[in-house]
Amino acid sequence: MKFKSKSAFVPYILWIALFVIAPIGLILYYSMLDLNGEFTLVNYRNFFSSAYLTMTLTSFWYALIITFFTLIISYPTAYLLTKTKHKHLWLMLIIIPSWINLLLKTYAFIGIFGLYGPVNAIVEMFGFDPTQILFTDFSFVFVAVYIFIPFMIIPIFNALDKMNPSLIYAARDLGASPLTTFRRVIFPLTIEGVKSGIQVTFIPALSLFMITRLIAGNKVITLGTAIEQQFLVAQNWGMGSTIAVFLILIMFAIMRFTRTKKKGGRA
Amino acid sequence: MANDIIIRFDNVTKFYDSQTKVLQDVSFELERGKFYTLLGPSGCGKTTILRIIAGFEKPTTGNVYINGKYVNDVPANDRQVNTVFQDYALFPHLNVFGNVAFGLRIKKVKESEIKFRVAEALKFVNLPGYENREITEMSGGQRQRVAIARAIINDPEVILLDEPLSALDLKLRTEMQYELRELQQRLGKTFIFVTHDQEEALAMSDEIFVLNEGIIQQSGTPVDIYDEPINRFVADFIGESNIVEGVMLEDYKVKFAGKVFDCVDGGMKNNEKIDVVIRPEDLQITSPEAGKIGVTVDTQLFRGVHYELSTYDKDGNEWLVHSLKKAEVGAQVGLDFDPEAIHIMRLNETEEEFDARIEAYTNEV
Ligand SMILES: Nc1ncnc2c1ncn2[C@@H]1O[C@H](COP(=O)(O)OP(=O)(O)OP(=O)(O)O)[C@@H](O)[C@H]1O
Ligand SMILES: [Mg+2]
Repeated sequence: MKFKSKSAFVPYILWIALFVIAPIGLILYYSMLDLNGEFTLVNYRNFFSSAYLTMTLTSFWYALIITFFTLIISYPTAYLLTKTKHKHLWLMLIIIPSWINLLLKTYAFIGIFGLYGPVNAIVEMFGFDPTQILFTDFSFVFVAVYIFIPFMIIPIFNALDKMNPSLIYAARDLGASPLTTFRRVIFPLTIEGVKSGIQVTFIPALSLFMITRLIAGNKVITLGTAIEQQFLVAQNWGMGSTIAVFLILIMFAIMRFTRTKKKGGRA
Repeated sequence: MANDIIIRFDNVTKFYDSQTKVLQDVSFELERGKFYTLLGPSGCGKTTILRIIAGFEKPTTGNVYINGKYVNDVPANDRQVNTVFQDYALFPHLNVFGNVAFGLRIKKVKESEIKFRVAEALKFVNLPGYENREITEMSGGQRQRVAIARAIINDPEVILLDEPLSALDLKLRTEMQYELRELQQRLGKTFIFVTHDQEEALAMSDEIFVLNEGIIQQSGTPVDIYDEPINRFVADFIGESNIVEGVMLEDYKVKFAGKVFDCVDGGMKNNEKIDVVIRPEDLQITSPEAGKIGVTVDTQLFRGVHYELSTYDKDGNEWLVHSLKKAEVGAQVGLDFDPEAIHIMRLNETEEEFDARIEAYTNEV
């Protein structure tokens, strides 16, 4: 980054130091303390025990599933949105729910999925016994996907919207069927939007915690849940920080993986 | 001759919504291997015609034939037609090679053959060795040539060009006009070229279609259209002209600017009201006594090759004159012209009536 003058640099440095470097430093520091405040690396050894590794893997697995479903719902939606007449209005309508507090939305789903909620009312109407939808993998993934959809749609919508529509005509003109046009032109040109969408879905999905408790009834333990429990329940700040360190590392890895390329790819 | 017709439009109309007719009853036949130009002001439906030929748009009514085959329902990807888009529409995620090879890769041509043909196509458009350039590293003129290479590599029957030169500066534009015309002759393909620049149309085409508000006003060779414009619109659009109202007294006798002149047109009713067109370059400045019309010079501009004079006769009609000689501003001069310089246009004459009349009275002679 280049700044015109040194003084313009100061707020940036202050910001980074206070809100990025300092917290990460603190987490690193706490991760090397045991329950008695003694310096130790035992937290790191514990992290590599099977319990935590399994948890990391499950966390990954759920984040992957959530991202996958969010993507396959959001891409076509974003595509259809760009085709509508008042596309920005429609986009707005999809974005607005994301302004509502996450906790409120989660509670709403408890009501909807609950034994006496509308979903079970419909199930009963068809003559089936009401079933508990809450506290299942399905409900967890469903709610998480619902929450992340707007965040996935926005970058994909923008990428699709930015794309010159005559490129699609050019592809058709050169003999590409609609499917080939999508594969060879539309998707490669919107891949950056998809990557940003994956970033803003996958990373927060790894550290989801509240809805794991409220919707999945603590049946799903993600890295986020584990951190919360270490801090608030087990009061083991050292272990919580260690998990957080790994979460941060994973985030960096994903950002690198989905890094936006500046130049077009080679033929 | 009949099987040399490559594209035929039969009474094609196009509505985008129920009110506005974008194309009205457009019919034409295009012969194989010729350079056609669609000329008309912005919004007259030029791009719409190209899009119907390419298959991006369906006619609302009427039929389109390519190579004698009815193609209204044939999708764009199944047509032997390739387009050079107004903004080139090169794929930004592919380099020059990827762009030019696109059509062949879709057809699953062998990679070794693709390589060979891309190199050949690039040589054709004077860009040999540019395979590995990114599109962003190419100039406007080079991009246009990539777009042309991408179109010709598929060996289409027809190449459509939608104002491909409008984004270029004057020098490059003139250069590309020569290149395009030469390319068309080398390839022997049918080119359909869209422009709203009449000079470009006159310079490049075998045949021009002048369009206005979705109606073909006139079609013909550049010389035909320039010399015998069918109506005020064409006369005005195809170049600067002097258009005045007049009366056709009888065949070969016309009255305008308060005088009677001999002319070479006929086939109209006696005493019919008509419009008279005289091109600025057909008028010569002489002395007031020798001139057929007496005028006063109002302004004079030096245009490099000639002087452009704006003069007024005593009835207040403006006469533009292109003169090699200089004149005095404010001076009284005479304008001289040949009978052949007078072009008569009947009011509201359709193209068929126009052609029929021309044929009738030229046969008489
Ligand atoms: N998709 C569309 N929906 C509605 N109207 C359209 C559409 N495309 C074109 N039009 C209208 O059709 C008319 C003809 O458009 P067209 O693009 O063929 O003009 P053009 O002759 O190519 O003009 P230009 O020289 O400005 O490119 C215009 O009035 C335009 O507003
Ligand atoms: Mg156009």
